[in-house]
Amino acid sequence: MNINYLLKKLFHSFITLIIVITINFFLFRVMPGDPTAMVAKSANLSPEYAEKLNEMYGFDRSLPVQYAMYIKSLVTGDFGMSFKFRKPVINIIGERIMATILLAICAQTVAILFGIVVGTLAAAHRGRKIDVGALGFALFIYAIPAFWLGIVLVSFFSVKLGVFPVNGMVDAGRDYATTWAYIKDVLHHLLLPSISMGLAICGGYTMIMRSSLLDVLTEDYITTARAKGYKRKDVVIKHALPNAMLPMVTVIAINIGFMIGGALQTETVFSWPGVGRLVYDSLEARDYPVLQGAFLIISFCVIIANFIADILYGYLDPRIKYE
Amino acid sequence: MAEITKKNVKYQNIKRSIDTFMGNKMGVLGLCILVFFVIVAFIGPLVYDFDQQSYGKGELMAPPTNGFPLGTDDMGRDILGSLIYGAKISLMIGIFATLISVCIGTFIGISSGFAGGKTDIILMRFTDGFMVLPKLPLIMILAALLGSNIRNIIIVLGFTSWTGTARLVRSQTLSVKERQFVERAISSGAGKGYIMFKHILPNVFPLVFSNTILVTANAILTETTLSFLGLGDPLTPSWGQILRGAFVSGAVSLGAWWFFIPAGLCVILLVLGFTFLGYSFDEILNPKLRRR
Amino acid sequence: MKNGNILEVKNLKTYFKIKQGIVKAVDDVSFELKKGESIGLVGESGCGKTTTALSIIRLLSDNGYIESGKIIFDDVNLAAMTEDEILNYRWNDISMIFQGAMNALNPVMRVSDQIIEAIQLHESISREEARKRVTELFELVKINPNLMDSYPHEFSGGMRQRAIIAMALACNPALIIGDEPTTALDVMVQAQIIDLINDLRKKLKMSMIMITHDLSIITETCDKIAVMYAGKIAEIGNVDDIVFNYQHPYTEKLIKAFPNIYGERQMVESIPGTPPNLLNPPKGCRFADRCHKKIGEICDNVDPSLVSIDGSNHMVACHLKEGLRNV
Repeated sequence: MNINYLLKKLFHSFITLIIVITINFFLFRVMPGDPTAMVAKSANLSPEYAEKLNEMYGFDRSLPVQYAMYIKSLVTGDFGMSFKFRKPVINIIGERIMATILLAICAQTVAILFGIVVGTLAAAHRGRKIDVGALGFALFIYAIPAFWLGIVLVSFFSVKLGVFPVNGMVDAGRDYATTWAYIKDVLHHLLLPSISMGLAICGGYTMIMRSSLLDVLTEDYITTARAKGYKRKDVVIKHALPNAMLPMVTVIAINIGFMIGGALQTETVFSWPGVGRLVYDSLEARDYPVLQGAFLIISFCVIIANFIADILYGYLDPRIKYE
Repeated sequence: MAEITKKNVKYQNIKRSIDTFMGNKMGVLGLCILVFFVIVAFIGPLVYDFDQQSYGKGELMAPPTNGFPLGTDDMGRDILGSLIYGAKISLMIGIFATLISVCIGTFIGISSGFAGGKTDIILMRFTDGFMVLPKLPLIMILAALLGSNIRNIIIVLGFTSWTGTARLVRSQTLSVKERQFVERAISSGAGKGYIMFKHILPNVFPLVFSNTILVTANAILTETTLSFLGLGDPLTPSWGQILRGAFVSGAVSLGAWWFFIPAGLCVILLVLGFTFLGYSFDEILNPKLRRR
Repeated sequence: MKNGNILEVKNLKTYFKIKQGIVKAVDDVSFELKKGESIGLVGESGCGKTTTALSIIRLLSDNGYIESGKIIFDDVNLAAMTEDEILNYRWNDISMIFQGAMNALNPVMRVSDQIIEAIQLHESISREEARKRVTELFELVKINPNLMDSYPHEFSGGMRQRAIIAMALACNPALIIGDEPTTALDVMVQAQIIDLINDLRKKLKMSMIMITHDLSIITETCDKIAVMYAGKIAEIGNVDDIVFNYQHPYTEKLIKAFPNIYGERQMVESIPGTPPNLLNPPKGCRFADRCHKKIGEICDNVDPSLVSIDGSNHMVACHLKEGLRNV
């Protein structure tokens, strides 16, 4: 990998970061109405606390000064205080973020594997029944709201059949004899939300995988591989897939923001104790500092994940050194 | 005479496009779905007799019966009636939000592609940066801060979904810019605005068109999600509101399927209608896709 | 191997099914190739030369198929084989030199690995032994073996073409098909590649089919020439017969279309008109519409068959010659 490529991608991440921070800053300050008044809409807010907020955020100073103060507080890890929990936002989110990452990784794995397998099958059988079926399924899945899929899965598997818990990450109030019992319980709770969220976001991956592979299959090196005596199946697996995966990496990176939307809905439906459910609860309570902090931290995660995807791309595609 | 032949050619072209479209099963299916929902949305309320605001007309959360073909919700309202009313809301929000989004996207895309140089770099870096943001949390916060009513939801959806269009329009602008008639217009001293609107926009339009339909599908999905999460306009019951009602009232654990299955299917069907149509237009208008 | 022929193509017809009908891309083509001999297929693009070659190792695209005819290689008929049976023949017995300027090498695999995989697919030898073979092959095509672990984009066009040639030789095939191996290379590199191919042919005594639209390359590398036009062979014979004693009006035009840098300066002749649509080919001679020596209705109505000139292996399909013979 080449240092210029790395620096370029780092710079892009930095710009996105600035956009996020600026949007977040303005969300609270340039929106219609007095920000303090808006913050004060929260029922849990005492007048003294509002005064303190005013002082803290510098609402009476000029915008550039406020912006500088804002960045300074962010750098020191100060994301404000929650109205509802009366605790620093960063701590509240910190408690929840692992649950979200766990769910997101499982669901992403489900979605990516599904997308690669189904997209590959479709492309390899282009124009035939498998292809039409896969394409139709991908478009159908794409049209399903993630939360609704969760609801339907819960109503069938949890309520009707009773094979999975209805919600939460662990059984409420249960004592665990061993760590293994705890892990087993978490996995039991994790399975349905992972599948639900994975299915909800796999449609796009399937479509991209299919079209990317169709593109690659027309390349000359595919003819070379066939001329070497590879079976069609092996041509696809050994020569076409590694090349078709390259655009997938980019799409996965771009889709991380979209995936967060899926996580938010899935966590809400399954009462999964992650950042998504926190955002939903904070919205109900109009707990703005938590909302703002959650948006910032989610965005940071997305930016980091994107950067990692870029590095991965550079690693997978040897040509990147020269771009 | 020349006028007539020109008209004829135009007619022939339109006829050929319609023939191509009618040969695309997916597109025709999508169009049928959309026509169905438009009829439901605008003629349905005239034919189907229901009173949207009448709470407790029926039993609470009752399964389908004679007077209520799809049962009632947790406040005793007729679900079929709400679905018919909701069709209009979903269509309206989807279409208006898309209009805003496509205008912004087209404007940024054309400006970026046409201006080139630093303007292009800045606009595209901004677009890319915006593209990777987690949209749903952003939309939620914006909707919460602005206050949930239909107008605000349309604005928020429109202002957060333009990035794809901008990228697409930019690349198309770049290729149109190279064509001879544009170069001729530039060298003959035509104004930038004139060239952008007179020459580039009409050539970019076909691509934008298929993209527009897909953006609409997305807007409808997002609106449903917003309403479900409690950020919808409480005064205009949309499909998302019905689903929220079902979720909050515990219809899921009560097994009251009529409360959430039909509404969800309506959303899926409408979104599919737009997706099918957009996808088939893409296939017809974008020759690179057609090859596949 | 009967009569020393490594390959006999007999009455090959290869068709493509498309929406509008059936394209008769190769229509009744026959030729034979002795061991160690090389033949050049030449003609305009779309004349069926590449389709003929791809038919031999059955690499046609999904809508293409061999309608009838035989491809006898080493006493077996390749045209009648199943997909699984032909796999063993590909590369091991018949390999191809692809056009290096295109993406014939997989961009995300090291060159060495691409050659090793071909060897290991057909021979059960260890990776080390295969690597040793790659080293030898690189020396054979005159690239520094230290560079074998490079990626294709790290090579220049000429090196890539050499690597592709090395790859084609990896399994010691009995027959190599060169598909425009020098197209899109600059002239100097082109000359080097031709020298290399000639060298290797002498050294390895390999049989070769060379596909190109460039007659001069064929005259430098081949023993025989088959001139193809619209899916049929118009004229076939030894290089000297074709170049200095051409009989078919199309061959004449083709040869005159190439400027001779050694000879006197003259206007390059182009051939007016376009080849016929192979969806619905004319029933007479396919070149009739563009022919400057058309003799009459017979050209439009009767498809000329290949006839030998003075009983030699120089054959031509033209009523002009058929008529002469009949007189």
